[in-house]
Amino acid sequence: MMRPVAFRGCRLIDPASGLDVKGGLLVENGRIADVGPRLFNDAEPTDPEVIDARGLVLTPGLIDARVFTGEPGSEHRETLESASAAAAAGGITSMVVMPNTDPVIDEPSLVDFILRRAAGTAKVRVLPCGALTKGLKGEVMTEVGLMREAGAVAFSDADRTVSNARVLSRALAYAANFNALVLGHAEDPELTAGASATEGEFATRLGLPAAPALAEAMIVARDIALVELTGARYHFGQISTRASLQIIAAAKARGLPVTCGVSAHHLSLNELDVGAYLTFRKVRPPLRSEDDRAAMVEGVASGTIDIIVSSHEPQGADTKRQPFAAAAAGSVGLETLLPATLAPAHDGQVSLMRALDALTAAPARIFRLQGGTLAKGAPADLTLMDLDEPFQVDAEKLHSRARNTAFEGRKFQGRAKMTFVGGACVYDGR
Amino acid sequence: MTSQPAAPLLSSSHLLGIEGLSPAEIIALLDLAQTYVVQGRSGDKKTGLLNGRTLINLFFEASTRTQSSFELAGKRLGADVLNMSVKTSSVSKGETLIDTATTLNAMRPDLLVVRHQDAGAAELLSRKVDCCVINAGDGAHEHPTQALLDALTIRRRLGRFEGLVVAICGDVLHSRVARSNLRLLSMMGARVRLVAPRTLLPAQADRFGVEIFTDMKTGLAGADIVMMLRLQLERMSGAFVPSVREYFRFYGLDRQKLAWAKPGALVMHPGPMNRGVEIASDIADDVEVSLISEQVEMGVAIRMAVLDALSRTFPREGRNT
Repeated sequence: MMRPVAFRGCRLIDPASGLDVKGGLLVENGRIADVGPRLFNDAEPTDPEVIDARGLVLTPGLIDARVFTGEPGSEHRETLESASAAAAAGGITSMVVMPNTDPVIDEPSLVDFILRRAAGTAKVRVLPCGALTKGLKGEVMTEVGLMREAGAVAFSDADRTVSNARVLSRALAYAANFNALVLGHAEDPELTAGASATEGEFATRLGLPAAPALAEAMIVARDIALVELTGARYHFGQISTRASLQIIAAAKARGLPVTCGVSAHHLSLNELDVGAYLTFRKVRPPLRSEDDRAAMVEGVASGTIDIIVSSHEPQGADTKRQPFAAAAAGSVGLETLLPATLAPAHDGQVSLMRALDALTAAPARIFRLQGGTLAKGAPADLTLMDLDEPFQVDAEKLHSRARNTAFEGRKFQGRAKMTFVGGACVYDGR
Repeated sequence: MTSQPAAPLLSSSHLLGIEGLSPAEIIALLDLAQTYVVQGRSGDKKTGLLNGRTLINLFFEASTRTQSSFELAGKRLGADVLNMSVKTSSVSKGETLIDTATTLNAMRPDLLVVRHQDAGAAELLSRKVDCCVINAGDGAHEHPTQALLDALTIRRRLGRFEGLVVAICGDVLHSRVARSNLRLLSMMGARVRLVAPRTLLPAQADRFGVEIFTDMKTGLAGADIVMMLRLQLERMSGAFVPSVREYFRFYGLDRQKLAWAKPGALVMHPGPMNRGVEIASDIADDVEVSLISEQVEMGVAIRMAVLDALSRTFPREGRNT
């Protein structure tokens, strides 16, 4: 039996209920046993281990809904174990892992493999996303029903767009059958083929192969039309342009079951940050204009963008130390998700409550997870954070096996101090 | 030959679909078929009602049981039966459906049974030939004799249609059997449900006055009759459903799912069955619950009744010369 844990004197922020108050929280048997402003005010907790959390903020454990690991198939880049260590250090207690591994997670036995490997090695909860089509080829649908029973929380072709509208429409109808969540990636494959930057002045100066930003909004519009036809629950894994945001806002206004996320890098960086061909800032979709980036911040503030994700994507020197066009896209991000999310809150562009909601209650609601709340009885997945501690990103100090961060050298304010999964401490950075 | 001409029974000289039949016509056909069931079980199964008449079975799609059922029905009534299986390749050689119809019409048949892969084919033929046309299945449109034989099977077992809950399960989208059955059963007062994954449900099927379910548990709850549909092989591998094992897990009729229906519920299947895909073998073979063999027997009786009824619309003096 785990010893109870008592948090004293902390600021409790629970976006699920809107609670923001100084108080305490008690964990027993892996669940939140009690919480409130008066808890432990007068009486010292007797038996539990006491964590003096004065000056710190306690929130539900962060949920990162878009993580790529290398397991199975590219364990030299990242394993579930190393990714989970990075997640814990970033205050993340649950991560949704994408199915574009080798082999692709496109059948129930492979979903089971991920869950078993995670149970044996991972520090945080690993939530597998199953492939929507076999081999991510966009041709035939996968066993959504059986994979769901095996534990897949959503279905997606990861970083690929299903270009065949007939295949997607049938896959959505089939997923709707099981009320399963589908994650979409919006980049028109033909229009973006070979592109490594967003079409515009900057890409022209650098001479980079580029694709127009509307390659995203086109697919967003198409997918929303198919959602309206089929009734599937649909979540755009990450969007990056103002045009996409406007289409999604209109779809939400019509009551369609559509949600979306944005990656921390599209929230924080624009195309100019590529500077002199910095391949660590080559991501997919490519970084956008400053107007598009600003739209992402506005979208988070208004709630049109429901969640913020790391889009953690480990790459090695072999794939990144290349000319820009040849280099692999992707950035690690588990340890910078929280600081990057807090940045617009510090700047007053997004309320602190909304920013934290985008990492806790909102993803829990979309993925129908138990956590994401400080309510009594909920799993004790908790993040204790210092909102103000300044630090500078140093790739060498990351816990992740891969060090390809787009935020190298960036100064942030606020980071995770302790992380708890089911009441057990999985990271202590005090 | 019967000396007394029998009273007319159908208002049309073709049977193109359940749509177009009245409840009274359906009852009359079922009553007539009942007499042929009795006859079919007697030693002498044959009458001379259609002596001298010609029945052509024109099948553009392969079918063993429907074709042999019509052949047997025609022969038991004394007709000369000609089976023509038209490979689709000969159509691609250039002969159109109308060409085929014109050729056949010149042979002066009295009854033309047609099965075709395209919806509306029987209707088109009926406008081009002088004889009676019976639709033995056109695309995903109608298969009226199947619905009639299913109705006869149900009526003999349960004695009524009014208020019965009939769950039609499986590939409704591509099924003419489902469309004919839901038309007939709704018309006769049964409560019809369609149970299928969304990928196998036609759009706006609810407009037929049926209830739609995408889940077998709720769809079968309280059902008197569970009617399973065949899932074609080419539709099981990712285009409409991901795999056979997933389909069977969620939509295949096994003991567990059948237990969700009304106690004593009966199981039907138009055949041919895919065992282990839409129906478990032990249910298909269980004579306590499965009506599948009885459906085949009723098929011959119904087709005799239909041929009989249509023959009453023959012109007295033969066809126009």
